[in-house]
Amino acid sequence: MIPAGFEYHRPGDIASAIGILQEHGDEARVIAGGHSLIPMMKLRMAEMGHLVDLQAIEELKGIEIGADTVSLGAMVTQHELITHDGLATAIPLIREAALQVADPQVRYVGTVGGNVANGDPGNDMPGLMQCLNATFELSGPDGRRSVAAREFYEAAYFTARDDEEILTRISIPVPGAGVGQAYEKQKRKIGDYATAAAAVMVGNGQASVAMTNLADTPVWSESASNALADGDVSGCVAAMLDAIDPVADNRGPVEFKKHVAAVMLRRAIERAQSRAD
Amino acid sequence: MNDQTLTPEERAANLKGMGSSRKRVEDVRFTQGKGNYVDDIKLDGMLFGAFVRSPYAHARVVSVNKEAALAIPGVVAVLTAEDLAPLGLHWMPTLAGDKQMVLADGKVLFQGQEVAYVVAENRYIAADAAELVEVDYEELPVLTDPFEALKSDVVLREDLAGQTDGAHGPRKHHNHIFTWEQGDKDATEAVLGEADVVAEEMVYYHRTHPCPLETCGCVASMDKVTGKLTLYGTFQAPHAIRTVVSLISGLAEHNIRVISPDIGGGFGNKVGAYAGYVCSVVASIVTGQPVKWVENRMENLMSTAFARDYWMQGKIAATKDGKITGLWCHTTADHGGFDACADPTKFPAGFMNICTGSYDIPTAYLAVDGVYTNKAPGGVAYRCSFRVTEAAYFIERMIEVLAIKLNMDAAELRRINFIKADQFPYQSALGWEYDSGDYHTAWDKALKAVGYEGLRAEQAQRIEDFRAGKTRKLLGIGLTHFTEIVGAGPVKNCDILGLGMFDSCEIRIHPTGSAIARLGTISQGQGHATTFAQIIASEIGLPADDITLEEGDTDTAPYGLGTYGSRSTPVAGAATAMAARKIRAKAQMIAAYLLEVHDNDVEWDVDRFAVKGAPERFKTMKEIAFAAYNQAIPGLEPGLEAVSYYDPPNMTYPFGAYICVMEIDVDTGEWDVRQFYALDDCGTRINPMIIEGQVHGGVTEALAIAMGQEIAYDEMGNVKTATLMDFFLPTAWETPNYTTDHTVTPSPHHPIGAKGVGESPNVGGVPAFSNAVHDAFRPFGLVQSHMPHDHWRIWKIANGLGMHG
Repeated sequence: MIPAGFEYHRPGDIASAIGILQEHGDEARVIAGGHSLIPMMKLRMAEMGHLVDLQAIEELKGIEIGADTVSLGAMVTQHELITHDGLATAIPLIREAALQVADPQVRYVGTVGGNVANGDPGNDMPGLMQCLNATFELSGPDGRRSVAAREFYEAAYFTARDDEEILTRISIPVPGAGVGQAYEKQKRKIGDYATAAAAVMVGNGQASVAMTNLADTPVWSESASNALADGDVSGCVAAMLDAIDPVADNRGPVEFKKHVAAVMLRRAIERAQSRAD
Repeated sequence: MNDQTLTPEERAANLKGMGSSRKRVEDVRFTQGKGNYVDDIKLDGMLFGAFVRSPYAHARVVSVNKEAALAIPGVVAVLTAEDLAPLGLHWMPTLAGDKQMVLADGKVLFQGQEVAYVVAENRYIAADAAELVEVDYEELPVLTDPFEALKSDVVLREDLAGQTDGAHGPRKHHNHIFTWEQGDKDATEAVLGEADVVAEEMVYYHRTHPCPLETCGCVASMDKVTGKLTLYGTFQAPHAIRTVVSLISGLAEHNIRVISPDIGGGFGNKVGAYAGYVCSVVASIVTGQPVKWVENRMENLMSTAFARDYWMQGKIAATKDGKITGLWCHTTADHGGFDACADPTKFPAGFMNICTGSYDIPTAYLAVDGVYTNKAPGGVAYRCSFRVTEAAYFIERMIEVLAIKLNMDAAELRRINFIKADQFPYQSALGWEYDSGDYHTAWDKALKAVGYEGLRAEQAQRIEDFRAGKTRKLLGIGLTHFTEIVGAGPVKNCDILGLGMFDSCEIRIHPTGSAIARLGTISQGQGHATTFAQIIASEIGLPADDITLEEGDTDTAPYGLGTYGSRSTPVAGAATAMAARKIRAKAQMIAAYLLEVHDNDVEWDVDRFAVKGAPERFKTMKEIAFAAYNQAIPGLEPGLEAVSYYDPPNMTYPFGAYICVMEIDVDTGEWDVRQFYALDDCGTRINPMIIEGQVHGGVTEALAIAMGQEIAYDEMGNVKTATLMDFFLPTAWETPNYTTDHTVTPSPHHPIGAKGVGESPNVGGVPAFSNAVHDAFRPFGLVQSHMPHDHWRIWKIANGLGMHG
């Protein structure tokens, strides 16, 4: 469990970090909390000559709660998501989901930016951000641009982010009053990725549903969301089952995962509905 | 000294002897991070070894190119089988009488097998160099199923070509290792033929792994000046390792010093001899420098010593009233690429013939066939005595299957078949003499403690509610009454590679009345330094706090066979008591001399000898110790020390009653242990707190095994569970609360009546959890389903029973 050698960089601002990425091309990668990247490096499934640590960049930190929008710095840890009172009031779904990510030790170090940017279909935050209709801010040599979370994921570990870009902030519209939210996750044990997980918002005639680890990207389904907005729970579940594409692994065969996906979604819907006004 | 004012009870309490929940003396260093494990050892000029391992489960090794690896600065050597062959060390003997490749000799037989050993100046360079060793493989057909292996034309062990006799008798097929038969086949088949009822089932106990927190490792240090090899390692049997190293290396045994430092859990994983030890020793001899090798987690899970993997076909016969008349078992044992099972030599399937369990079964037959497959070798006793967990799981499942067939309550079926208290010592149909037991008392206590009748009523209501659509959760009540066989063992029956399985203790009393004791065992977390001092304290009346315990250094400790199979207390614990009694016998003579009376005119009183009828005239053990060294006593040598080598007359037979109450979600397969009650009878209890800790740890490992932990292979022989993401190791979150309880039925042949407890909770826990799952689904038609009962497999049971609409 020893990674291959690499150069370690610790830039103090975003521009310097991008500079390092430009200089070394695909030999370089940024590291946030490292909980996905470091195990891959130790397994020698990921090897890079240059590791760019984002810990020292203040611009990437902080949670801002606006009237209509919440802004999360990419380096905000899962632990901060859980302990931030304003965030828990504005969008309780984030805290509820973060509490189901890994374990406390991982959450002290693991970041929301790393979780969404890595493109691992097992991560909880991508599906959550799609449900919340978040927007990711990317900074690169050509400046800043925004990509909707629902447009960001292309395949497992492939995203709309270019190699020389860094995901810097996440903007999330604050759901209107009366919107019920719930995150339901089945896992084998603490620290595990989801066997199936569902993020649901419903209320005021609107709805949004997304699921995690049931395809090579997170799955947000417009038709499932529309069905739920119309109060058609069965239609919502059916549409979502159409959208997901799980594969068999140690968590179980496809048939089981589809069944559990439906159960998680129904439970999340029920809980979200009970929280809607 | 206010000794004279204390009551005998107060003086006894001050000793913190047997029965005291004395705090573990080891924890002072462990809780401060001051333990000294193998990987903490740093020697001048120490080099590091790393393996190149096979990515394939079955392949020919066409060539190994070391050039690129050797070109890296800091790489000292790259060893292959070719380098070891001139020393005769490219193969090594296994504990089971087979042989195993140290480094791949022409082919590999399992994924993760050692192919080359890189030696470098530090572990980072070693890891980089291992990546650069180029191995050219030619893939061969893979056999992962033992039943297929026995039919296949594919020859796994070409080195055994034409060898029709193995270490344990005739081989029936080129992938067959041995057949082991116990009991009376004809009589058992006759009973089965005439029985009112016969229940038949295949009971599979899946492959898993002991997975201690500390992986295996060693530091070999050859001193070329003195010619002495010091080998530090994670050894559960340091003396046996010394002898084996001497036999296979040709080094004289007095020139080998084996040291087991602190060990971070063993559970059987650290009993065997591994390629890493041999390669490190060779590398140190060749380089003249110390060489360290420590496995990483994946290497540990993939290559060193798995456990279980027994397919147990069972038939159980009974009268229509439920009296069991016969038991038949045929086991197909998947041993992997080499037969490296850690069992006493005469027992190639360990003590699997304890599979009649706690029941008075007059006629029984057991046959075990060992089979080679393309999986890792091992077959160790993972927190159990040799194959006892498999035996207990088998019989406790067969009892449940029979209860279904008879439409009887499984608690009652057990009760009417238990061996009765007055039948002990009990001769089992498969050849054991159970030393003592009182199963009915334990069983009734357990059922009462959990409110068994009430639980069944609640379960009946739950079933009704489920059928009425009011709930999607089932309630399972998992019952187990297990009997272990531990404390191997009598040398007449039990040896490993010809080494008799006695054990030993040497005690030296210091002049000021403190002491040091050394044993042939080695603690891996069991708390020997705490508990063995308690035995001595009670036997000779010196405070446990004044007694140092040392184990694990073969230059200082007396010879013994080590710690596994719950043998430390039954064997070394007995040796400790016997050595202490030798000291007390000499102390008696000294006391009589000092008190100016005849030897027989003094009597033992907690911590002193007193003149019979005149308790105010006494000499404390502390006073006696000083006199032993400093006063000329006619007819006695100076000093106060003793050694005992104890060959037990029999095994000990701990038993227990475990009950698990489990909630199961039929839609997700999720489970929740609502209650777990563990009653253990380990005979005399030395330290109740440590017993409770052992039970908590063992039941937690049992939970892991029953509910998710496995070493799984795909059809290509790839290990699917080689990281702790997929290999289930419970955290505090998954661990339920346990209620512990006990009865005390001392062993009649053990000097202090103790039986051993460390492994009981694993032996009893696995069937308790598994039976709870089965019991939940019994009303819906489930008879048998294989472990591990992870979410998807539980879901599959429900799905198969039509419970998902």
